[in-house]
Amino acid sequence: MIQEELFTSGRNIPNIDPSLEIWHWPIAVYLFLGGLAAGILFFGALIYILGKEDQYPAAVKTASIIPPIALSLGLLALVYDLTHPLYTWQLYTTFRIESPMSWGAWVLLITTPLSFIWTFSYYREVYPKLEAKLKMFKRFNFLNSFEKFTIKNRKNIAYALIPLALILGVYTGILLSAFNARPLWNNAILGPLFLVSGLSTGAAAIILLSKTKAEKHLFGKIDLGLIIIELALITHMIMGYYAGSQVQLEAMQLLVNGDFTLMFFGFVVILGLIVPAILELIELIGFKVPVVVPALLVILGGLIFRFVMIEAGQLTRFLY
Amino acid sequence: MRYAMVIDTLKCVGCSDCVVACQTENDVPIGYCRDWITETVDGTYPNIMLELKSERCNHCANAPCVRCCPTGASHIVEGGIVLVTAEECIGCGACIESCPYDARYQHPDGYVDKCTFCHHRLQKGQLPACVSVCPTKCMYFGDLDNPNSEVSLLLKNRKHKTLAPEAGTDPHVFYLT
Repeated sequence: MIQEELFTSGRNIPNIDPSLEIWHWPIAVYLFLGGLAAGILFFGALIYILGKEDQYPAAVKTASIIPPIALSLGLLALVYDLTHPLYTWQLYTTFRIESPMSWGAWVLLITTPLSFIWTFSYYREVYPKLEAKLKMFKRFNFLNSFEKFTIKNRKNIAYALIPLALILGVYTGILLSAFNARPLWNNAILGPLFLVSGLSTGAAAIILLSKTKAEKHLFGKIDLGLIIIELALITHMIMGYYAGSQVQLEAMQLLVNGDFTLMFFGFVVILGLIVPAILELIELIGFKVPVVVPALLVILGGLIFRFVMIEAGQLTRFLY
Repeated sequence: MRYAMVIDTLKCVGCSDCVVACQTENDVPIGYCRDWITETVDGTYPNIMLELKSERCNHCANAPCVRCCPTGASHIVEGGIVLVTAEECIGCGACIESCPYDARYQHPDGYVDKCTFCHHRLQKGQLPACVSVCPTKCMYFGDLDNPNSEVSLLLKNRKHKTLAPEAGTDPHVFYLT
């Protein structure tokens, strides 16, 4: 029997249709790390400018080590998911104002080194024991003058970091919402939603690193506010799908009544937002709650949220 | 100059000759293709409509792939043809995500590849490979800006549609129905 290969059975082209899902787990991880870094940088810079770095040392000093690591890992993940990675430098031969990815590439190029400089200026203050062991400043004399320079310019760096962190946070969402061919992503709320989610995971990370009660309390309050905003934005997003066109209605089914419902409502909305919000509220009223629990839930929820959006979004398309 | 393709769905028999011609002409790696045939069956017996379509990149005037490209590898050349410069493409996949027609794919060599309207043949005054081989002559290619070109006259005189016009991309592959 001769088996005939037919192209005529709809779009059933083995090497093309599966490979249209071209964004894999590194993208989701990167979007999470980018948001986390943006959140920590934003709060750190803001509190520094307000002159309260000694009152809230975790936000400004201790947590400052996370953004450079997160951004470096995120960049590695991004490059890992490129299929033509040796040409990555082509991103920096042009700036394309209409392409969110171009914005992201340039913002990362500026923010990543700045985040390194920012945490370096606190290195000797936060890790005196490590420095006593490594003796970096004794061995490399130029570090002394460089540190002096960074400490002198902290305020300037902080002023630069605030808009950069906001652009970084919002871009992780706009990156997705710019694709009108993926109806699940194509809504204007995604940018603000990813920004708020990033800020919220940033605040949660600061809670984890914080040692003083006042700081935990403050960031618990901030996180609670951000979670409420995030829940409102998610409601808006779902409402937008409901009021949308056929392709958006179909896209919404994935989240509301489909393969991603458990992940989205169970792990993101309930475990990642509502439960930590209730726990933080109980804590604020005065009961004793280990703040590690809501903080970890928020961070995990943020990560799962990125995975859900990346995976589900690529299943939605225009059907004609 | 505005190149466009017009495909007569009433004449297409879905033989896939356009697909094979494209793969041969453009050295498309085995298992991939820049154009493909879709078969749509509509209605219930005995009132059944079968529509066969040869699909490819629509060379949109408002091309989301060009808008989303971070390096400028995806660009529009004279005649409205959307092309990818392999040496500028980093393989990020933004254009693949942005295409409502799913017309792009990642070439095994890393860059993103798609239909070029056989740009290299047009420069020699030849028709795209798919158009030139079609055994039922259901595909037409020409300049929309010229009101007397074959494609302009067909679109003037025949009922036609584009794919997913609601995506707002202003596609330039037309289907006569």
